[in-house]
Amino acid sequence: MSTQPHIITLTIDGRELSATVDDSILTIARQHKIDIPTLCFLEGLSTWGACRLCLVEIEGTPKLLSACTTKCVENMVVKTDTERLKQHRKMIIELLFAERNHICSVCVSNGACELQSLAQECGVDHVSVPYRYPSLQLDSSHDLFRLDNNRCILCTRCVRVCDEIEGAHTWDVAGRGIDAHVLTDLNTLWGDSESCTSCGKCVQVCPTGALVQKGTAVAEMHKQREFLPYLTKMRRNHP
Amino acid sequence: MPRTITIDPVTRIEGHARITIKLDDAGKVDDALFHVTQFRGFEKFCEGRPFPEMPSLTARTCGICPVSHLMAASKACDSLMAVEIPPVGAKLRKVMNYAQMTQSHALSFFHLSSPDMLLGWDAEPAKRNVLGVMVEFPELARDGIRLRQIGQTIIAILGKKKIHPAWMVPGGVNSSLTADKRDDILRMAEEGLDIAQRTLTWFETQLPAFSEEADHFGNFPSLFLGLVSAEGKLEHYDGFLRVKDHTGKIIEDMVPTDNYQDIVGEAVESFSYMKFPYYKPMGYPKGMYRVGPLARLNLCDSCGTPLADEALLRFRQIQQGPVLSSFHYHYARLIEIVHALERINELLRESDILSEHVRARARGNRRRGIGIAEAPRGTLIHDYHIDEHCLMTKANLIIATGHNNLAMNQGVKQVAQHWVDGNKLQEHMLNRVEAVIRCYDPCLSCATHALGKMPLHIQLLDTQGKVMDELTRS
Repeated sequence: MSTQPHIITLTIDGRELSATVDDSILTIARQHKIDIPTLCFLEGLSTWGACRLCLVEIEGTPKLLSACTTKCVENMVVKTDTERLKQHRKMIIELLFAERNHICSVCVSNGACELQSLAQECGVDHVSVPYRYPSLQLDSSHDLFRLDNNRCILCTRCVRVCDEIEGAHTWDVAGRGIDAHVLTDLNTLWGDSESCTSCGKCVQVCPTGALVQKGTAVAEMHKQREFLPYLTKMRRNHP
Repeated sequence: MPRTITIDPVTRIEGHARITIKLDDAGKVDDALFHVTQFRGFEKFCEGRPFPEMPSLTARTCGICPVSHLMAASKACDSLMAVEIPPVGAKLRKVMNYAQMTQSHALSFFHLSSPDMLLGWDAEPAKRNVLGVMVEFPELARDGIRLRQIGQTIIAILGKKKIHPAWMVPGGVNSSLTADKRDDILRMAEEGLDIAQRTLTWFETQLPAFSEEADHFGNFPSLFLGLVSAEGKLEHYDGFLRVKDHTGKIIEDMVPTDNYQDIVGEAVESFSYMKFPYYKPMGYPKGMYRVGPLARLNLCDSCGTPLADEALLRFRQIQQGPVLSSFHYHYARLIEIVHALERINELLRESDILSEHVRARARGNRRRGIGIAEAPRGTLIHDYHIDEHCLMTKANLIIATGHNNLAMNQGVKQVAQHWVDGNKLQEHMLNRVEAVIRCYDPCLSCATHALGKMPLHIQLLDTQGKVMDELTRS
């Protein structure tokens, strides 16, 4: 029998809070309305810890740790909103913008994009590193949906929802580093994919204008994500 | 010794340009060239994008007339989709276009050109701007600002933004009109019409004072090209292409817009980034034509609205046949404002205008789509090609100002030959050279207006590049 107490106490931004050892810092923070920005995290999907926007400072630990993947520990003291963290988050967002071609003003997700919203919240009013302007192709072969790699931030929400919720595993990540990109059916055109069920979950969970419904004009792509926690809960209850 | 005068940049226009005046040994003007010195590259970077993005993407060409690009692009996309858009969707697009016509023409007339006419081409440059007009002619300045505001506000009511509204979409518009908004627009259109009429009356009384400018500001024979309705009336949205020569003879009529390449060719010159479109059957550069307000009023049989038609009759008293002086672009612009506000009033009083059926939806069903509409500055052509996945493979944009390129070059030369004396440069001489360009209201970068704040630096050089004389305006 474990000697570890089931309920532990930790401090986040000066507030003493209770949690279980299975809870992540992000879960507890959000339960108590403490805002920590995220991009790759989405309730209902497995955690990935790739975007690094939810980095927090933990007393006694020299490294910054991601709040979505770090579990709560007894007497842990967490800071989520220091100047250092703000600068890190701002830089991460700037790098995301510089990496590909995010042209908000002419994007179908303009006004309903998580990257754009976060940039506004974090005060990113310009990008201090040079833009790369890569030449990236669109995959518009699917009957209903379109992939625009120019807008992709490699959060892998599409990969996870397709694998974990839909069970199709159409999406994957290919390449390494700066060449990494998402693809369907081991580099088959999306329209030719045999595994894709055309359910559209990948489109709905995508935080930017990378995966969109066809026929939408600029600023018309509004995504619906409420279905995810419900589906996850149902699956857990009815394995 | 042959010398060259450079006017760089040209001020109180939309965009960046330079004028070079070449003098002969006697100091007389030998030639003059109008150079557009900026490069945008829209045709290239549209390639690979999904066609439904084109209206908003190409609208970024311009901060003054984004609505014109929205409209031509949306029409090209309608054609790609092979749909007939709901009638009310087309009517609402027209209302926004007329609002755009109002605000853009008001900007050109009041903010950019009226300082020359009101304060004099010879006035001190520091005062020869819209702020100087506010001091000397506050009522007129107030009218100009209000008229532009009315146009901009109507655009914002319909599209939620004054600049770059994403409201016009392939297949129609993305939201219908409510009764409250309609009534607001109607009130403003009425107020705007009063202002436009008042200004038109004032301008007509002033015309005799501008007779020398009217005689020499781009006053030459040319063809005229633009849209007319199926009945031959003034048209800004639909219709057919018509071409008239300087005698008033119609040489092309009822040309379907899809066949524009039968009559319009495109040439390039090494001294400018702007294309040189020409009337194809006459070849380059003989096929020089003009577009825009002057051309439209020369081309149409009538305006189709009562007040504008009355003004058109007076306009046609200037001379027999087409009005040839580019100075009268200003006059034509004021008549078009009257027409635009009358048409807004008519359209919004139609019984079905509040219908919620304002958009048709379809995929790309054709591989090529052409959208042609009349922008404030003239005929605007968007010609798109897409692949089997609805991604753009080619875009050809012929912007209104581009059609006037040959004519602007000719106008610059005419004014320079009449006014510029290379033996002793005076600032007002060069302002007149710039002013002929302002008649065309060119939208070169289509991004901003400088209101005379850009420095003007003119140098008179000998053939070795040595500065012989110099004028600087800041």
